Amino acid sequence: MTRLGVFICHCGKNISRTVNIEALRKKVSTLTDVVLAKDYLYMCSKPGQTMIADDIREHRLDGALVAACSPRLHGKTFAQTAQRAGLNPYLLDMANIREHCSWVHIDGAEGTEKAFSIIKGSLGRLHYAEPLEPFQSPVTKRVLVIGGGVAGIQAALDIANSGHEVYLVEKSPSLGGHMAQLGETFPTLDCSSCILTPRMVEVSQNEYVHLFSYAEATRVEGNIGQFQVTVRFKPRYIDETLCTGCGDCVPTCPVVVPNEFDQGLGARKAVYLPFPQAVPAVYTIDWDACLNTDKLIICENCYKSCEARAINFLMEPREITFEVGAIILSTGYELMPVAHIGEYGGDGYEDVIDGLQFERMLSASGPTGGVVRRPSDGRIPQNVVFVQCAGSRDPEHGVPYCSKVCCMYTAKQALLYKHAVPDGQAYVFYIDIRAAGKGHEEFVQKVMSEERILYLRGKVSKIFKSGDKLVVWGADTLSGRQVEIEADLVVLAMAVIPSSGSQKLARTLHIASDLGGFFSEAHPKLGPLESNTDGIFLAGAAQFAKDITDTVSQATGAAGKALSLLANDFIKLEPTVSKVEEGLCRGCGLCASICPFGAVTMSPSEKTGAMVAGINPVLCKGCGLCAAGCLSGAINLRGSSFKQIFAQLEEMV
Amino acid sequence: MPEGLRVGYFPGCTLKTDARDFESSALAVAGALGIEVAELSRWNCCGTVYSLDAVNLMPRLASVHNLIRAEEEGFSEIMTLCSMCYNTLKRTNNLFTSINSAVVADAPWRTAINDFLCLDPGYSGRVKIYHFLEFLREKIKPEQVKDLVVRPLDGLAVAPYYGCLLLRPKEIAIDDPEKPEILTPFLSALGAKVIDFPLNNECCGAYQTAMHPEAVARRACRIISSAQSEGADMIAVSCPLCHYNLSALQNATNSRQSGPKAMPIIYFTEIMARAMGLNYQTDAANMTPTSVPPGRCRASAWEAAK
Ligand SMILES: Cc1cc2nc3c(=O)[nH]c(=O)nc-3n(C[C@H](O)[C@H](O)[C@H](O)COP(=O)(O)OP(=O)(O)OC[C@H]3O[C@@H](n4cnc5c(N)ncnc54)[C@H](O)[C@@H]3O)c2cc1C
Ligand code: SF4
Repeated sequence: MTRLGVFICHCGKNISRTVNIEALRKKVSTLTDVVLAKDYLYMCSKPGQTMIADDIREHRLDGALVAACSPRLHGKTFAQTAQRAGLNPYLLDMANIREHCSWVHIDGAEGTEKAFSIIKGSLGRLHYAEPLEPFQSPVTKRVLVIGGGVAGIQAALDIANSGHEVYLVEKSPSLGGHMAQLGETFPTLDCSSCILTPRMVEVSQNEYVHLFSYAEATRVEGNIGQFQVTVRFKPRYIDETLCTGCGDCVPTCPVVVPNEFDQGLGARKAVYLPFPQAVPAVYTIDWDACLNTDKLIICENCYKSCEARAINFLMEPREITFEVGAIILSTGYELMPVAHIGEYGGDGYEDVIDGLQFERMLSASGPTGGVVRRPSDGRIPQNVVFVQCAGSRDPEHGVPYCSKVCCMYTAKQALLYKHAVPDGQAYVFYIDIRAAGKGHEEFVQKVMSEERILYLRGKVSKIFKSGDKLVVWGADTLSGRQVEIEADLVVLAMAVIPSSGSQKLARTLHIASDLGGFFSEAHPKLGPLESNTDGIFLAGAAQFAKDITDTVSQATGAAGKALSLLANDFIKLEPTVSKVEEGLCRGCGLCASICPFGAVTMSPSEKTGAMVAGINPVLCKGCGLCAAGCLSGAINLRGSSFKQIFAQLEEMV
Repeated sequence: MPEGLRVGYFPGCTLKTDARDFESSALAVAGALGIEVAELSRWNCCGTVYSLDAVNLMPRLASVHNLIRAEEEGFSEIMTLCSMCYNTLKRTNNLFTSINSAVVADAPWRTAINDFLCLDPGYSGRVKIYHFLEFLREKIKPEQVKDLVVRPLDGLAVAPYYGCLLLRPKEIAIDDPEKPEILTPFLSALGAKVIDFPLNNECCGAYQTAMHPEAVARRACRIISSAQSEGADMIAVSCPLCHYNLSALQNATNSRQSGPKAMPIIYFTEIMARAMGLNYQTDAANMTPTSVPPGRCRASAWEAAK
């Protein structure tokens, strides 16, 4: 390169405060091959970009350097400017003299000198830059949705209704997630299953949806546009295609176990349908509870009672593999186990329950038929204490964040309790009320003022049993008194945590999760629907605790993102990937074992027949690990070759 | 019997005065279990209450002095009987040893205190501090205790009471603060029926007993009635202050009304010593509880607030 241009940005005062721009520009203009050095107040502005483009054309530059902020911020902007001016975008580089220089230096002289050194290094690097062209990769026009709660259901329907195929994978036997367990929903108090069940049926009937229940995605390989997915079906021991859903098998089954859909409050048989509206409406045998073992068939009552001959004790797990262009994660949440909080009766008082258990009690189809009863003796509780922030906003118990939905659902539950037991007394302990959604504050105010529910501001310190009552010790910080209540039932609004297994899934997908274990969004403000891996989107409580309204909005958003990806036949992939120089490769295979993305494979060379490394540019993430690991120096990362890096170092030291 | 089990012993003031029976029974039990308990030849007050002031180093000097003494005498492990001493010494020690210390990282404290104590050799932070209960759990198996029992307790219902100083703060807790059970295996080994009661980790009122005895009496009353309603015949304690508050203030609460049943408050080591048939000096005055009305103090928190 012989005709280089350098463009130095003031970034308002951000850079010029501690870097003497004029001195810097003068010094830079004397460097070899620099035919022009200019400065400007805001290089990223329209006039700034126009200046760069004009100069590239006018001075027939064969390389350009923008000395400004981090390339993470404006790298793309300036690359596009170069392209508009007819210069290959990879021949424009950026020198970071803001984050790496002006922001961390107070002394002007020091800052100016360092900025010069950074620019000199970058020019050295630019000298060996090569023009590169982006790769094209075809887009498979199908989507995978993992998790069949309301988020997954919404996303799958949005995609299917646009005429694209979608695979919906749900690990439990039925769709629905936690919303299916709820009684009535805040703030409108409409019946949860009345609004959800039709959607579930719609999913099962839509010809574009492949519904895989009782299944999990065990392997995901590939890249945006082309993910190869392996789904493993757990055996139901009942043939989905033969089962008519008649339920004749259930009465004959001798095994009774707690029903997880009723949060353990009710019981079910070893052969079961999770709930009456389950989709798909086929039965499942819980092999852990079934008397039969893999080797021995002890009981075959259900087999005998099934006229459709759907039962098959010898069923094996099975796997299928397919390809999709995008993935949506909607694996939802769980509640922190009550056992986690020792001071609230963590050792299992029957009458201390969590919010979802109370929700099941309130549900007309729940274990008590919608009547509020104490689990221990079935009595109708006259004094019920609700405890908000049980575990949430409490670093001591590992959850510093607010779980967001519990202020609202506690108000709802207290209200529904009062409607069910009008002469009963409900107490709610709260730290403060967070009811920020549309209609939410009004809802809570109404509950507080019209329902004669006693709201006490303060934390509960201890809950213990005394006879058949529960003693709740707390504080009322408004009156400054200690409070002691003898309750019949305590409902804990336990912290919302990510669903179990989501960490494993994050590892399978190579995506990040935050400190609480929720999947990380690409950007908290500008990328709340994307994960940090291209082509993988997030929806619902898997990203963070949220209510149904927010869950559905985000699910539709994620579906929209996936669909806009599917609108392209090809996507462009960055060419800054690794490249093997066959002549230097000695076929040791070290690089293949280092690459975390499986992008390097060993195969015989076409020319010599000896084993050599090859790189799949679609899988390569450009991390450079293979290049750093190669003992023969046969691998270079395009855009950051050894030549470039050494030249940069040499210029700087 | 394990060979060469030797531990330094920091008694603290109460063990030489009001709690002599705790000390003598503990020493008897330790002896029977083959533990050589070597009292520090020089010691001073532990500092009694761990200071909540995170900056002032003065209140910690008493503790540090004792730790230096322990180190001088070549002890890598010392043991206390009093929960208050345990709490104070252990938390001070944490300032020297643990980077997880809730207050501050070790280095500044170590230097500041050692600089202040310039006439002393300085403290390295290498002494490990045990409460006797913790020492038993770490070094002795319940079966060893069982082997020594000559007068089994025959199902006597004993409610272990832990109070707060052994369990809080978290960094020094000898057991799960919400569900302590460190005494259970040992009491079971003696043949006792161990009673779990919800207030076994509540504070007894501690040194408020000096200023607000009526507040402490209310607490004592609740704790005792809770154990009683779970069917306890006696309460086993591990701290002289708890012992005082629970036993002495039974009289205070009782003087107001006649109660059906007295509740003996006994050091766990006394229970062990008796079951093992060991002789120890006992101070009969400490063992005369009068009756306590179960349930009478139920609504006391409401009452008190009125
Ligand atoms: C007690 C309580 C009451 C509530 N009441 C209300 C209310 O009245 N109004 C309101 O708006 N909101 C309410 N909510 C919030 C509501 O439950 C959530 O907003 C909603 O359920 C979130 O839906 P989701 O699909 O993101 O997650 P989920 O409902 O948790 O669904 C996730 C699904 O993914 C599946 N899954 C998990 N991991 C995997 C995996 N690895 N592979 C395959 N599948 C997987 C799960 O089995 C589940 O079916 C309440 C919450 C609680 C706790
Ligand atoms: S939503 Fe309300 S109850 Fe839940 S954690 Fe936040 S503040 Fe606490």
